[in-house]
Order: sequence, then C-alpha cells, then structure tokens
Amino acid sequence: MSYIPNTSQDRQTMLEAIGVDSINDLFAMVPDALRLDRSLDLPAAMGEMELSAHMVGLAAQNTPAGRAACFLGGGSYDHFIPAVVDAVASRSEFYSSYTPYQAEAAQGNLQAMFEYQTLITQLTGMDVSNSSLYDGGSAAAEAVMMALGATRRSGRVVTAASVHPEYRQVLDTYLANLDTELVVVGTPDGAVSPEELEAALTDQTACVLIQHPNFFGCLEDVDAIAEITHRAGALMIVSVDPISLGLLKRPGDYGADVVVAEGQSLGTAMSFGGPYLGIMACREKFVRRMPGRLVGQTVDRRGRRCWVLTLQTREQHIRREKATSNICTNQGLIALRAAVYLALMGPEGMRKVAEPCLQKARYAAEQLTAAGSLCRAFNKPTFKEFVVRVEGDVDRLLQSALSEGIFAGVPLRQWYPELADCMLVAVTEKRTKAEIDRLVNVLK
Amino acid sequence: MRNTQATKLLFEQSKPGCRGVRLPECDVPERPIDELLPSGAIAEAPPPLPELSEPDVVRHFVNLSTLNMSVDTHFYPLGSCTMKYNPKRNERLSSLPGMVDLHPYQPQQTVQGTLELLWRSQEMLAEIAGLPAVSLQPAAGAHGEMTALLVAAAYFRDRGEKRSVVLIPDGAHGTNPASATMAGMKTVPVRSTNDGYVDLDDLAAKLNDRTAVLMITNPNTLGIFEEKIAEITQIVHAAGGLVYLDGANMNAIMGVTRPGDFGADLMHYNPHKTFGSPHGGGGPGAGPIAVAEHLAPFLPTPIVVKDGDCYRLDYDRPNSIGRVRSFFGTVGVLVRMYCYILTHGGDGLRHVSENAVLCANYLLARVRHFLPVPHGKRCMHEFVASAAKLKADKDISAMDIAKRLLDHGFHAPTVYFPLIVREALMIEPTETESKATLDAFAEALFRVTEESAELLHDAPHTTAVSRPEEVAAARNPILRWTP
Repeated sequence: MSYIPNTSQDRQTMLEAIGVDSINDLFAMVPDALRLDRSLDLPAAMGEMELSAHMVGLAAQNTPAGRAACFLGGGSYDHFIPAVVDAVASRSEFYSSYTPYQAEAAQGNLQAMFEYQTLITQLTGMDVSNSSLYDGGSAAAEAVMMALGATRRSGRVVTAASVHPEYRQVLDTYLANLDTELVVVGTPDGAVSPEELEAALTDQTACVLIQHPNFFGCLEDVDAIAEITHRAGALMIVSVDPISLGLLKRPGDYGADVVVAEGQSLGTAMSFGGPYLGIMACREKFVRRMPGRLVGQTVDRRGRRCWVLTLQTREQHIRREKATSNICTNQGLIALRAAVYLALMGPEGMRKVAEPCLQKARYAAEQLTAAGSLCRAFNKPTFKEFVVRVEGDVDRLLQSALSEGIFAGVPLRQWYPELADCMLVAVTEKRTKAEIDRLVNVLK
Repeated sequence: MRNTQATKLLFEQSKPGCRGVRLPECDVPERPIDELLPSGAIAEAPPPLPELSEPDVVRHFVNLSTLNMSVDTHFYPLGSCTMKYNPKRNERLSSLPGMVDLHPYQPQQTVQGTLELLWRSQEMLAEIAGLPAVSLQPAAGAHGEMTALLVAAAYFRDRGEKRSVVLIPDGAHGTNPASATMAGMKTVPVRSTNDGYVDLDDLAAKLNDRTAVLMITNPNTLGIFEEKIAEITQIVHAAGGLVYLDGANMNAIMGVTRPGDFGADLMHYNPHKTFGSPHGGGGPGAGPIAVAEHLAPFLPTPIVVKDGDCYRLDYDRPNSIGRVRSFFGTVGVLVRMYCYILTHGGDGLRHVSENAVLCANYLLARVRHFLPVPHGKRCMHEFVASAAKLKADKDISAMDIAKRLLDHGFHAPTVYFPLIVREALMIEPTETESKATLDAFAEALFRVTEESAELLHDAPHTTAVSRPEEVAAARNPILRWTP
C-alpha cells in the first residue's frame, strides 16, 4: 500500500517486540460493538497513473481563467504570479514543516514570518502585523472581536453595505451568540456617507468596519470616516486591497486602528476561493489583544540574533478559554508566498502593478459606457473595479459573454436586490487592451 | 548544504534601484493619476518595501528553507500533529491549471469538475465519519470546532432551549475551550481519571439542562481510546446535550470505528493531519465538519448538491448559521485530501490507521523501558511519556530532551502537552515511518536520557541557533525590522 515503508516482515517483527499476535490485538481498546464490521464504502484505491487521469479529467470539466478573459473580482483577483513565488513555496523544507514551536528547528520559517510581518507593516503603515489569519472575511470578523475586547464596549458594531457582503455574513455568524448589535449603514451612492455613519455611532460602539476601495470598487472618504469614528471613541477597522497600496495612501497614514485584507492578490492563485491569506495589522497598543501567531526577534544563549514565536500567552494552547482567539493552524505557506511576492515587487513593482489596474479599469469603464446601453452605477472614483448597470437581463448578457470566452463580471443581485440590473467588473494588470475591447464588443 | 553566510534580513540586503520584476508597458491610453483619483487618496511615495533583484530573493528564501526541519528531511514525531508524508502526486495534481486557475464567482457550469470533486469529498467524509451531512467550509481544525459549536447553538435556539455550556475534558486541546468562547458559550472542565479516561462521575455531575455540548477527543490526547465512549455519549444525550468529536486523532481509527457509530453528533477533520495535506509551516489547513441528520439544516452556506448530472452550490438554506469565511473554503487543501482518499480507498485508509497504531505501539514498547509512559503499555496512534522522574533525579526536563533530540537529527516530540502529564513528551510517529527510523529514534532518545544534565541544558549544539531568549522576546517585543 502507498506511503507505508514497513513490509509484512517488518510488521511481524514489530508485533513480536510489542508482544501481541496481530494488529487487531492493538485495537483491543475499541469495544467490539463499536467496530465497523465492513470496509468503508469508498471508491476503489487508485494508483498514481489512474489518479492522474481522473484528476486531469475533472480539471478538463472546468474552464480555467487562463482559457477565458477574467473580469471577475469581488475579493479574488486574477493578478500575475511570478515563477519565483511558486519555486520558493514548493521547497518542501517550507511546505512539509509545521508551526515553529521548536525555534532551533524552524529558523527558516520564523525568519520568513518575521519578514512577512515587517513587509505588511511597510505596506500598510501600521505598527504590528501578525503572521496570518485564514482569509479576508474571517480576518475582518477577528478584527471586530479584537475591538470588542480592546474598547470594552460590546453594544454595537457599525459597518456599511459597501463592505464585501460575504465578509458581513461572516461577521454576522461570529456575532450570533454575543450581545452585540451589528448596524449596517446603507450606501445608495456607492460609498459611506459620513453623516449617516455619524448618526449610527453611539457611545457603546466598539468599532467601525469599512472597506477601501470598497466592494463596488469605489474609494471611501477615509479621512472623514476616521475623524468621525475616533470622535465617538470607536476603533476604525479598514479592509483593504493590498494591490491598491501601490498607489493609495496607507491606512496607517489616515488613522486606521486595525487593517485587515484578503492577501490572495499577493502571489496566490484564485483556487476557487482558497487557500487564501487573512492579513491583519494594528497599532502597537493593541498588540496583546491580537489573534494569531506573532514572531519576535531575540538572541540565543550565545548572543546570536534569532527568531521565536512570542506573546504566546494570548494564544489558545496557553490561555485556553481566555485566549484572544481560537486560531491554531493559520496560513503559513500563503503568508510566505505574500512575502516572496512583496520582496520581488519592491516599492516600484507595487506601483507598476497598481497603475495599470487603475488605467485599464478606467479605460474599460469609459469604453463600456460610451455606447450608452450600459452606465456606471455610482459616480465615485474607483480603483480596479466598478459597477455597471445594464439594459435588459444581466444573466443573459453574462451568458453571451461566456460564449465568447469572457468572464465579464459578478452579478450583484444575490446580495443587493436593488442592484439586480448591475454587475461588478474587475480589471487587473493582466487584462490586455484587446481583451477589454472584446468585452466592450460583447456587452455594448 | 547550508550557506552560513546567508543570515541577513531582506531589508538589510535592499539596494536602491534594484528591481525584481519588470512589468509590461500599459497598453491602454493613460491619463495622469491625479485626474483619476482624488489627490488626498494618493500616497506621496510607494510603500517603503525593500529593493532586491530576482536572484537575491531566490537565494535568500532557499537558504532560509535549509534552516527548517521538515517531514521530507527528518523524522518529525510531533504528537497531535500527525506529521506524515505529503504525497508528491497530490502537490502536482492540485496544481493543474484547471484546478487552481478558477475564480470563486465563475459561472457554476464552468467549474463542474471542481464541484464534482467537492461533492464527492462531502460524501466520502460522511462515510468515514458515519455522519451524513458535511460542510467543507471551515479553514482549519479550530475553525471547524467553532463552526460546529455555532451549529449546535443554532440547533438549540431553534428548539427554544437555553443551553450554552460546553463540557471539556481537562486533557483537551486548547482550541476546544477557545473555540467555545469564540462561539459565545461557557466552558466547564471535566476531570480525567488517573488512568487517563474521562471521569464518568464528574461528567455526570456536571451534566444538566444548560449543557449544550461535550467536546471529546477520541482517541484522547494521551493516545488512549475511551473504552466507555458509548456510555459517555449516551449519558450526554440523555441529558439533552450533543457530543462533539475533536477529529484531530482520526489517523488512529479510520475504517476501524466511526464517530457517528459511537455516538458523536458533530466532528471536524484535519485534512492536513489525517489526509496527508502539507502543514505548510503552520497552514494552510482545512477543517471540514460532519454532523448528524438533525443538525444538517444548520450547516454553513453554501454546500454542494447534485441535481441529476449537474453539481451546484446551494445557498438556499434558511436555517443555516451563515458563513464562517468568504468563498467556498480552502479548496486547494481539499483537492489534496480528495487525492489522498482516492489513493487509498476504504481498505487503504484502514491500513493507514492500523500501521499508524502499529508504529506508535512499537515505539512505545521500545521507549517505556527507559522513559515512563504513565498511561499504560498500549496506545493508539500516539503516546505520552513523562520526564518527571528524570527531572527530579537528574534535572533533565522534557524541554532538554526535546532540544537534544535536534542534535541527533530528529525533530522534537510535542512537549508539555497534555497538561495532565508532568514533563510530557507526546510522541506520534505516523504510519509513513519505517521500523529502521523508529529504531534509530528510540536509540537516540535512550542516549539522550543517559547524557549529562550539563550537556542537555545547553542543547542543541549543532543547530544554527540554540535556546533563544524567549522571556526577553516577550518582555520587549520586536515584531518587525526597523532601520
């Protein structure tokens, strides 16, 4: 059988050394009445060749984004992934190791995570980053839980309709059994109205969660939101698109208290939704309330610089029910991918990825709306995504684009009934002018 | 071979003007940025990341990788973590462009292959669990625990019952009580007997009409199968509670016994343990959960359903707890899990568990002559030795042994867990290790226990660093590089 190095002779020798007659005797602890008296009803075992053929067959029933022109976004994006990222992440000393509990046996992972934390603070302008959470949605929920603890206010959490609807659903789930009211400020104009936000805040509001650029691709008035939020004594949590930070002001520079992000854009494939990367960074004063692992610099007994997991008294394996979170396994390898991506890009590379996103999205929006059958749903500045309103049926239009090999956009009806005639279009640096022109031809 | 000169951080290698990538020229007509974005929103300068060339970046990270122990290079008997071999075919097959290059909001007719794989995964996990309904959404084991507790809470709310107490045996993983808190529930510990079993009298005394869930790990963290598990689940059910199985130790019992058959109502799997998906230096994992029929309506949204020959995501689940993460789940990990299960089939999975238990018992038989194993001479897939006597007699602690094993070329066992064993060394060999490796490890462990305390206190002696100052690191945290 695969992956088991011991032969039947080995097994016999081992049974003798143990002092039992058969492997079955080793299971004496399992009462007979509870034993499964048949084989598990699973497909028959496959060798590598059969399995490969089977998987290639399944893959053939998918249409990968590479065989279409992908204008889909909404939190997952078709950005370019340099070969270096794959090469490093396929080093099995990285991928077949575990959480660095024994620092001496894991300096590679620990240093890489320390570098990841530093890179994220450089990208966001925040003081501290943890070494990853699951994804953008759960990171937003964890940030809210953290704010509830840090402010000692549990009455209310305020967010906005322009925050990713799935992130808000996650937050709803996380808050289901807590006595905290989740208030969602409407965004009929495509972004948060500072006046309406102010009206939603109370002296028991722990935090405000916004997204910038938001789910519709629009920029939020982050300076006004920061001022209003802080005046109410609440924390400002911002969910960002890390690619946008090649151009946009960093959250640390406009007063965010906690920054979360979906890190998939930083060198990880779309993979139908995961594994992704939950990024979380915050101000220094909240560090002891952070969820997840933190790597710190120290010295060893001979004074050599090295790295260890630190502030572990926040974590579940020490604090149990009083821990800041239950997270244990996180997204180490995906965080490594993000670190490699950011190291390779550097400041100039990040700007050179963000700029074409902006330019191409603007070009696509202009061309799409030039003919008159489509229009922009919101009159706000956008980064790499925008919402268009169509004449007629969105699904039929998307279907006709699909028959031309184009994933044209994400229909918004499922989350926003009032936007039933709208779709969200994303344009990354990978989309060419020719692809955009094809999209325009199909949709207009 | 390790390059001892490569010790600098990325940031210390940065050189202004150095470039790691060259991107194509923008092929659409460009406009000045300040015409497209409000000036207040634009950063004055790009983020202050390091500037490096591609060869710099590659050499840096490859050299870092050589500072790790890993399953591909070393025996890694980390108890409770199931550090088994990660099949290379699964890496290749999960990386097919038709598998990874898929947007989560693609039209469902363009992802039928993946939806079929996920639907079949739900069915297979249900069969292995003996529980009919599965959600693949949770991102890791602890996330699965929390999700299942939210499902339990929704179930009781639906029935109009006010039950919010979670009973947790004292040997449980720390994630259990932490997950209960996250789910808004209260925890009450249940004692273990001296033999390492759940104390039935203590359990009975703590069950009442507030009890929502008993979270039980079986085999437990001592590597012992709870022989009275049927009685335990029965009295919890009689009190109106549900039983949750922490599936971290499924590697011991696949095809031998099923959680649903011994009375569990909910459970999670760790595909990165049981089904050979890589641990990735701490993730990504996945935490699918399986539940009994009466709990199925409360599972997260969406799940995959089969309509005729088509597969689709079902979002129309009015009683669902909602979502616990964005998009479908850690699909890349689930693909590896699927490949693993198909490679083995039903009998193959049983064979895996039998061999995991054989390896653990063989190692136990060799170790217990020189290092006490307080909870018996038999185990399931792992066992817990104690260095308490060595500590008292020779001032050699579990940590000293762990560190010295690194010098002998072995990763350390899990130490100081479970909390109910003093100076605990939790050893899980897995089925993918040979007898020769187990023999070599047992010999090294024996030699270590014979060595002098002085030598051990300063161990390891051969690694790049030794005994980092952890207290100093926590007292004055340095969590990022600064110029």
